[in-house]
Amino acid sequence: MSTETTAVHSEHEEHEGMDKKRIIRVFLILLGITCIEFLIALYLVPKGIIPIQFANPLYIVLTLFKAFYIVAYFMHLKFEKTGLIVTLIVPILFIIGLILVLTNESHHWIDLRLPRF
Amino acid sequence: MSTAAISPVDEVKSTPWSGGRSPFNVEYGKMMMWFFLLSDAFTFSSLLIAYGALRFSASAWPSAALVFQSVPGLIEHGAPLVFVGIMTFILILSSVTMVLAVEAGHRNSRKEVIMWMIFTVIGGFMFLGCQALEWNHLHSEGFWWSSIPASPEKLQEFFAVGVPYAAQASSAHQFANLFFTITGFHGFHVFTGVIINIIITVNVLLGTYEKRGSYLMVEKVGLYWHFVDLVWVFVFTFFYLV
Repeated sequence: MSTETTAVHSEHEEHEGMDKKRIIRVFLILLGITCIEFLIALYLVPKGIIPIQFANPLYIVLTLFKAFYIVAYFMHLKFEKTGLIVTLIVPILFIIGLILVLTNESHHWIDLRLPRF
Repeated sequence: MSTAAISPVDEVKSTPWSGGRSPFNVEYGKMMMWFFLLSDAFTFSSLLIAYGALRFSASAWPSAALVFQSVPGLIEHGAPLVFVGIMTFILILSSVTMVLAVEAGHRNSRKEVIMWMIFTVIGGFMFLGCQALEWNHLHSEGFWWSSIPASPEKLQEFFAVGVPYAAQASSAHQFANLFFTITGFHGFHVFTGVIINIIITVNVLLGTYEKRGSYLMVEKVGLYWHFVDLVWVFVFTFFYLV
């Protein structure tokens, strides 16, 4: 109980960063990125302006931007202590490792499929 | 005794990592919520990476623009991504109302917290309703766990022209299983999130946090709710866009 209140008080100065104006701005950024994704998917790719090979990595980059804004501002991680940020971000490296391993592995699965389609 | 007499070893250190207090400067429950979310992130990424690996190794895959092209109850065909766009908008908006609830909590404004929490709960229910419609639509097309449209003509509707039937059938099975498992798991998170949000709203109404002097619980639940939104951002990209 007492630890909770002290934590709240010491955090209070850092919380000033997230006011209503900033919330609306982050919301508009998220909405804007989603609109760009729709523009690519519904207009630029079907019209052949962007080939699908470029569109897919572009979606992933835009998604990571959205993820950053949600975690940093909505989840408030940007305003936490560096120790907490590092503790939470570093384990994510394992996920990148799994992505690398399994995408590599999946190329071999193609050869394992019999008959080959 | 003057302070100069104390040896450097016995001096009380007060830096964040010298012990005696949390170097993270967050309350215990909030830190544990973060670690829970990290473990949940691993669960969801395992599911999504498995999806990616199966999709990479398949020679064909149902086209998202052909599978998701209806707005249930309004448009049957030819509106790709419109319905999921609405769902995404609802979830982002409910995330915003959640931050506004947390922000109001910092100002100890009980009335505003109640208002924004109720909006968040409504957003959660709207998203769940949309997902139910989406599932129902796909189910009526013939997709379900280990079930695909029965006739080859119907199945061809979801693939580019020229894909052999055997390839269509095997990847449609994988698509159906992965889609319902992953969106189902996400939907279950949204559902629990809504339940937790309702419990917190009732507690705010009862004045529990006002008595406690802090709305930290709203913040912790907010973390969970934003995480659900975060997962949706990835599900949306990998199922509907790529």
